Amino acid sequence: MTAFLARVGAAFLGFLAATGRLAGFALMGLAGIFSPPFYPRLILRQIVYMGYYSLPVVGLTAIFTGMVLALQSYTGFSRFNAESAVATVVVLSVTRELGPVIAGLMVAGRVGAAMAAEIGTMRVTDQIDALTTLSTDPYRYLVLPRLLAGLITLPLLVVVADILGVFGGYIVGTVKLGFNPANYLTQTETYLETMDVVSGLVKAGVFGFIVSLMGCYHGYQSRGGAEGVGQATTYAVVSASIMILLSNYLLTAAFFGK
Amino acid sequence: MSDGRTQPANAPKIAVRDVHKSFGPKVVLDGIDIDCGVGESLVIIGGSGTGKSVLIKCILGLLHPESGSIRIDGVETVGMRRAARTALMRKFGMLFQGAALFDSLRVWENVAFGLIQGRGMERAGAKRIALEKLASVGLGPEVGELRPAELSGGMQKRVALARAIAAEPEIIFFDEPTTGLDPIMADVINDLIIKCVREVGATAVSITHDMVSARKIGDRIAMLHKGKIVWQGPATEIDDSGNPFVEQFVNGRAEGPIQMEVRAI
Repeated sequence: MTAFLARVGAAFLGFLAATGRLAGFALMGLAGIFSPPFYPRLILRQIVYMGYYSLPVVGLTAIFTGMVLALQSYTGFSRFNAESAVATVVVLSVTRELGPVIAGLMVAGRVGAAMAAEIGTMRVTDQIDALTTLSTDPYRYLVLPRLLAGLITLPLLVVVADILGVFGGYIVGTVKLGFNPANYLTQTETYLETMDVVSGLVKAGVFGFIVSLMGCYHGYQSRGGAEGVGQATTYAVVSASIMILLSNYLLTAAFFGK
Repeated sequence: MSDGRTQPANAPKIAVRDVHKSFGPKVVLDGIDIDCGVGESLVIIGGSGTGKSVLIKCILGLLHPESGSIRIDGVETVGMRRAARTALMRKFGMLFQGAALFDSLRVWENVAFGLIQGRGMERAGAKRIALEKLASVGLGPEVGELRPAELSGGMQKRVALARAIAAEPEIIFFDEPTTGLDPIMADVINDLIIKCVREVGATAVSITHDMVSARKIGDRIAMLHKGKIVWQGPATEIDDSGNPFVEQFVNGRAEGPIQMEVRAI
């Protein structure tokens, strides 16, 4: 029994230590925001890489999600003669939940993994130490631009995901399910509130920060060559995905909880 | 960089005192004491895993010793704050064992990196200096436009040397500068190190287990074994040291006081 409690205690202490290390890393990364040198070109480059090059994957995922959502909700609601709610369900689901979550998970897979691999490779080949010896703070040069890019870019991607998700629902609703286009759009607009969109964008900002933080953190902690970089990539994607889903619940509860 | 005290004229450039560093239960540096004078070329030799790289990284501030003192120009650097450490780095240049070139940047951008990012120099001026430094290590301007992945190992080492001297640092560290190179290219690198260090007028600290290199580039040699300095003296006396550790290492004998730790798989 004592051994069991000791193991539980050790695991809990390990969790606290890991949380502390992650929080310390985030603070070190963000500390450079208040004083020069600043690297606007690096931030812009990360925004382009994270945002522009993620557009196809996020757009395609969003449009198909909207299409499936329209089809599934029609199938369910037709049993209660509530087909007219399809447009409302699609727009609320996409803007509040699916847009930010899907964009977050896609970017975690595409960008978070690449960040961990790039920074991890820099770590195991001494490039991060080389930065330090060249009077350049790696936290400012590598971490901060990525954290800011995540924070800025994901809300922009979610705006696109929202539009395409709703558009996917509209296509299925009007072409396949026979809704009147004008009625569908009226239904979409009538029950949509500003808060629905804003909450999704706030979530997106948080998810973007999480993706960048986990990518940078696990890359920075890489040890032991190619195997270590591979592990860092896996940890970055898995931990970012879990934290996105966890924080999504907490943010939903904060925005809409009773 | 001054803490308000006057540095004596004959004071060492680098003074390491009773430095300890462990990784978990493994003690890597066990009370290191060593000095390096102004303009001197110190070579630290020792087998693999004896703590040579850890010592150099402690002096550079890339690793933090648990105890002891490391003074650069009389200024204590152990426990130094991040901003002060970044400023101190301007005194240093470093050639890493694997070159550690930034593979996302072109060769000239690698060489000019410390000038542009570390010292805020405008790109055109930094590029001119980078091409001069590349020329001083025998590389033409066309190489400056290539990516590091397009270069051979020897060329990468030369670019790394050009990067280390680009900002004309006061102290240059060389981590295994000739490892992995053929004997001719190793000699070319040794000659370039001597030439560049003289040109810049820098203090040099090198770590190696290549005795040809150690004899050629060192004014003074120190031997590290199990986290301690077991011998140090002028490079010319390395063959008459009378120290069994040094004799075994220099002559490359399996028998002697240095026992290689070989574990059964």
